Amino acid sequence: MEAADLPLSTHRTAHPAWRELLSFNVIWAVVFAIVGYIVGHALGNTIAQHSPSQLNPGGSDQEDIAILLGMFGSIVGWIGGLGFFNYPLKRIAGRAPSLHEGEEQGMWRYFKLCTDHKVVAMQYLVGTLFFFFVAGLNAMFIRTELTSSNATLFPAGNYLSLVGLHGTMMLTMMSAGVIGPLGNWLVPIMIGARRMAFPRIESLTMWITVLAGFVLLSATLLGGFPTGWTGYAPLADQARAGIDAYLVSFLLIGIALALVGVNILVTVVTLRAPGMTWNRLPIFVWAMVTTSILAVLAAPVLAAALYMVMSDRSIETTFFISASGGSPFLWDELFWFFGHPEVYILALPGFGIVLEILPVFARKPLWGYRLAVAGMFGVALMSFMVWQHHLFMSGINANLRPFYMFTTELISIPTGVIFLNGFGTLWKAKIRFTVPMLFCLAFFFNFLIGGLSGVFLSDVTSDVVTHGSFFVMAHFHYTIMGGLVFALMGGIYYWLPKMTGYPLNQTLAKLHFWMMFIFFNLTFFPLFAAGMLGMPRRVSSYNASLHTLNVFVSIMAFCLGLSMLIFLGNLVWSLVLKRERASDNPWHSKSLEWQIPTPVPVYNFEHIPTITGDPYGYGLPEAPVVDFGRRGAVAAEAGA
Amino acid sequence: MRVRLLAVVATFAALIALVAVYVVYFLESGPPAVAAVINRDGSASLTLQVVGAYGHHPFPDWVSYLVKDPSGKWRHTTIWKLPAHTLVHVTVYQFDTQTGLRNNFLAEIRGTVGGVADYTDVGDAGKGSGLANYDNTPLSVLPPAEPAHTFTVPDLDLSVPLVGVSAAANNICSASPCAMSYAHNTITFSFRTPGAGTYRWQCFVPCALGFLYGFGGPMQTIGYMDGLLEVA
Amino acid sequence: MSAAPETVRRDEPHHGRNFAIIWAIATAIMVPISIWVVGPHIPPGSLTDDTRAQHALDVALTALSMPVLMLVWVYLAYAVINFRSDPASETIADGPPIRGNSRIQATWLIVSAVVVIGLAAYGTVDLLTENGAGGGQGSNPLAKPSNAKSALQVQVIGQQWLWTFRYPGYGGVETAQLVLPVNREIEFHVTSLDVVHSFWAIELGVKADAVPGADNIAYVRIFRKGSFQVRCDELCGLWHGHMNTTGHIVSGAKFDSWIHATVTKYAAVTKTLPNYSLTYYPTPTRNG
Repeated sequence: MEAADLPLSTHRTAHPAWRELLSFNVIWAVVFAIVGYIVGHALGNTIAQHSPSQLNPGGSDQEDIAILLGMFGSIVGWIGGLGFFNYPLKRIAGRAPSLHEGEEQGMWRYFKLCTDHKVVAMQYLVGTLFFFFVAGLNAMFIRTELTSSNATLFPAGNYLSLVGLHGTMMLTMMSAGVIGPLGNWLVPIMIGARRMAFPRIESLTMWITVLAGFVLLSATLLGGFPTGWTGYAPLADQARAGIDAYLVSFLLIGIALALVGVNILVTVVTLRAPGMTWNRLPIFVWAMVTTSILAVLAAPVLAAALYMVMSDRSIETTFFISASGGSPFLWDELFWFFGHPEVYILALPGFGIVLEILPVFARKPLWGYRLAVAGMFGVALMSFMVWQHHLFMSGINANLRPFYMFTTELISIPTGVIFLNGFGTLWKAKIRFTVPMLFCLAFFFNFLIGGLSGVFLSDVTSDVVTHGSFFVMAHFHYTIMGGLVFALMGGIYYWLPKMTGYPLNQTLAKLHFWMMFIFFNLTFFPLFAAGMLGMPRRVSSYNASLHTLNVFVSIMAFCLGLSMLIFLGNLVWSLVLKRERASDNPWHSKSLEWQIPTPVPVYNFEHIPTITGDPYGYGLPEAPVVDFGRRGAVAAEAGA
Repeated sequence: MRVRLLAVVATFAALIALVAVYVVYFLESGPPAVAAVINRDGSASLTLQVVGAYGHHPFPDWVSYLVKDPSGKWRHTTIWKLPAHTLVHVTVYQFDTQTGLRNNFLAEIRGTVGGVADYTDVGDAGKGSGLANYDNTPLSVLPPAEPAHTFTVPDLDLSVPLVGVSAAANNICSASPCAMSYAHNTITFSFRTPGAGTYRWQCFVPCALGFLYGFGGPMQTIGYMDGLLEVA
Repeated sequence: MSAAPETVRRDEPHHGRNFAIIWAIATAIMVPISIWVVGPHIPPGSLTDDTRAQHALDVALTALSMPVLMLVWVYLAYAVINFRSDPASETIADGPPIRGNSRIQATWLIVSAVVVIGLAAYGTVDLLTENGAGGGQGSNPLAKPSNAKSALQVQVIGQQWLWTFRYPGYGGVETAQLVLPVNREIEFHVTSLDVVHSFWAIELGVKADAVPGADNIAYVRIFRKGSFQVRCDELCGLWHGHMNTTGHIVSGAKFDSWIHATVTKYAAVTKTLPNYSLTYYPTPTRNG
């Protein structure tokens, strides 16, 4: 069936409520997840009881094989309850399944398997933002604990779980934070397609990302976990049951990342509209492509490493136990081989958002388009060659250190290219200081500090001082929060009017920006000093001389948290309560996604467009972006 | 609009309630602090027992310390309040079987008055080949294979290995609090508390059965084999 | 509808030249400040050869980052001030359709490559000439001091959750106190008995991970007497943040008397210790 022949109604036909309740949806997912956990847990206990005594030595009062199998059972139940097995099973049975599940069913389509990529993107947005706020709340608790240099507000073990929950939840959810909501929403529309290549897998990745968040939260019911997000074995082998939640949650995220990556790559390669040559591809799509390459190649390594820890804990292998022939270095290497590309999975989408938004509010084409693309590919390729810089002090072969110092410093070249592109775009521009633009400018300010501190860390001699200290903490918060999260905020303020059909309140938005920018810098800049003065990471007791500094940072952090509450308030106010109508192109952008009506029809375009230019045709009034076919050539709207 | 406003308020109320549950039941979860007994002469007395199986939910098989509160009841907590600059007399009733040290450096008694602790085997705790039979014996070093646990406060350089009950003994206690009729060792020592502060203490014997290196589970949980001395 | 881009007028300011001048002035101010005003206050001090190397490098890196910092800050400020749209205008005016400049791109790439390669070379030379600058170099160090053979060997044992130290040259005596002689090359052998820890002697500028089954070597030479903090730098469980101790640096004579007194004091315990070895595999490996 050809895309052009599809019915293009935006009218949602909802089934009666009782029918929606009984069909496959998130409620059944929860029910079957619980059932699956019980079944898996019982299976695990049976295996343990009938195995040689090693598996059930008694005394530990935790049966890891039961917990892990229970969690795997709940994953199967969750996915089955949402209806993901329906299509393959119907195919096997020889019946014709639906290819457009959930797309027509009113509000219910947000609570089930829906093959509309725009719905999946909104589900992703709600899910990742929910866990972002949960992790942010944990950060507020961490800073509360650190206002005292030795008293324990939270008992020591709970504090370590707090740190691990904050770190793991932020990293996993922010890895999906751009590629999930914005990637899934924008990539098909920006390339002129009606859908993603694998819509059902797209929905699957969203639902398992949400499940991963809840599995991670379940660690609190299992006693927490003491390893932080890096999960170092053999401490991971030794830990209580809470770490099983960490392992399963991270495994789910790894699987989701790999699948999202495959989906985006295939979509961009195969579903581009006529005329959408590689030279006309929006830079955001290039960022998604390079992120996907990283996700596809790096995530499976993580999955393997996590699985090894699971088997160490449950069936008593000794991958990471030196006395029995294993080595902790194995975990170090496998984890960081994933871990370094992971931080570029976080950073590259931020680059994409900023370079996509900057031309709109500078009213100039993106400067150095090809260089930007080359830079992103350079970053992606090189990110696989630098991971040992996390291990300079670990006792790795000393001959390796100069090499990895060199490659780590080299990766700052393609990263710097992004700055050059941004600056070139701003040169002689006509800048409009809208909220998305403010976030983009702040991105450059923050990422610069993050990047420069990275140079200090890449040089082995100075890394001796700063490795494992709050300096590293400040570095990655500047690059990930100051970079990615600021860009994500800019992207949300920019695209949400299109995605939801409701504009966001600009006064609250400006307040949010200024508070976030000022208090973010005041929170994290002093931490560079704290690190150099000898404060290790993940500690709740530190040298009393650093007390004043920590109290100051904590107060600034609370104000930063307040700014995020303003953001949340804006979202609730504008999207739930006020709900004005957004215009089709409030930012006067020439990009393809702004040339279609708001709200966007189910299948995006009435007719598949013919692309006649890239989306950066500012400065030349006759530069068109898109030809909508039978309607005649439509010059991209630029104002009035 | 009003319905939506109510829904928003209700959702936020529910979320705040969940956060409160999170803080109270998870973040703040931990045993309470119990004070030591203050004697007439101004010194303090701390009476502890160490058991091989806690015997109750949620971890019946975990090893644990318990303390006797001023009213004479055994309490399951490892956070003890002591007065500052005071001589503290510690009596430990040790009911767990021996495991042996991971690092024999900790076989030495350190930081106590006189640099010694007194060891006594009660019942047939000392039964079994090779295990010494102690009768109020003051020692400054214990044979490294004998401890079941240690009581170590690293910041005060105080460490006392606690001799274990022989596995061949009859009448081994299986659930806390253990009565004195079960096989046990009694260890007594004294030390001086420093100025005010909170000092962590832990066991150094790898006694956590079923965990890697014997240092997981109860060895990493306050309330079992780790705790705090709150000196005020 | 967009307005046509403005044609270049004769009296349009020379933005490139103006920006370059401001940047040059800002750099000329900030580089000396970073070296002479901020520089002396940058940690980690001058107690040892390692910290002096680290400090010198940190000052150099701070000074080198000033031009980059000024480039971005001055450019952003310049752009934000000079390249604004006219808010009073009713139509949204476009800027000039400049898509790139290969000369600027090439210059940028070449300059950044030169800087980066120079930094890497400097860092490598620095690392090799400073005996590894206090970082753990594994069991086969690349950068050894010339007098490594006569160095005082101190084994640092990390365990959950205590640091102990063994002196192989004195019968393998083990102590929980770290005392070091001043003005002598010291060779740390860092290892662990259980999980991964990290030995961070802050004022000494030494950091080496303690990995079970591995021997991690770091060198230091201390110039003054005093004391230093030791903290664990790799998350190792419940009391990771409390695994602290204070080390002392004393004169050579005082060190000799201390170590001999310690050997005597701990004679009974030392007899029960395993032989000194670079790695240990104490039982139990898995309890139960």
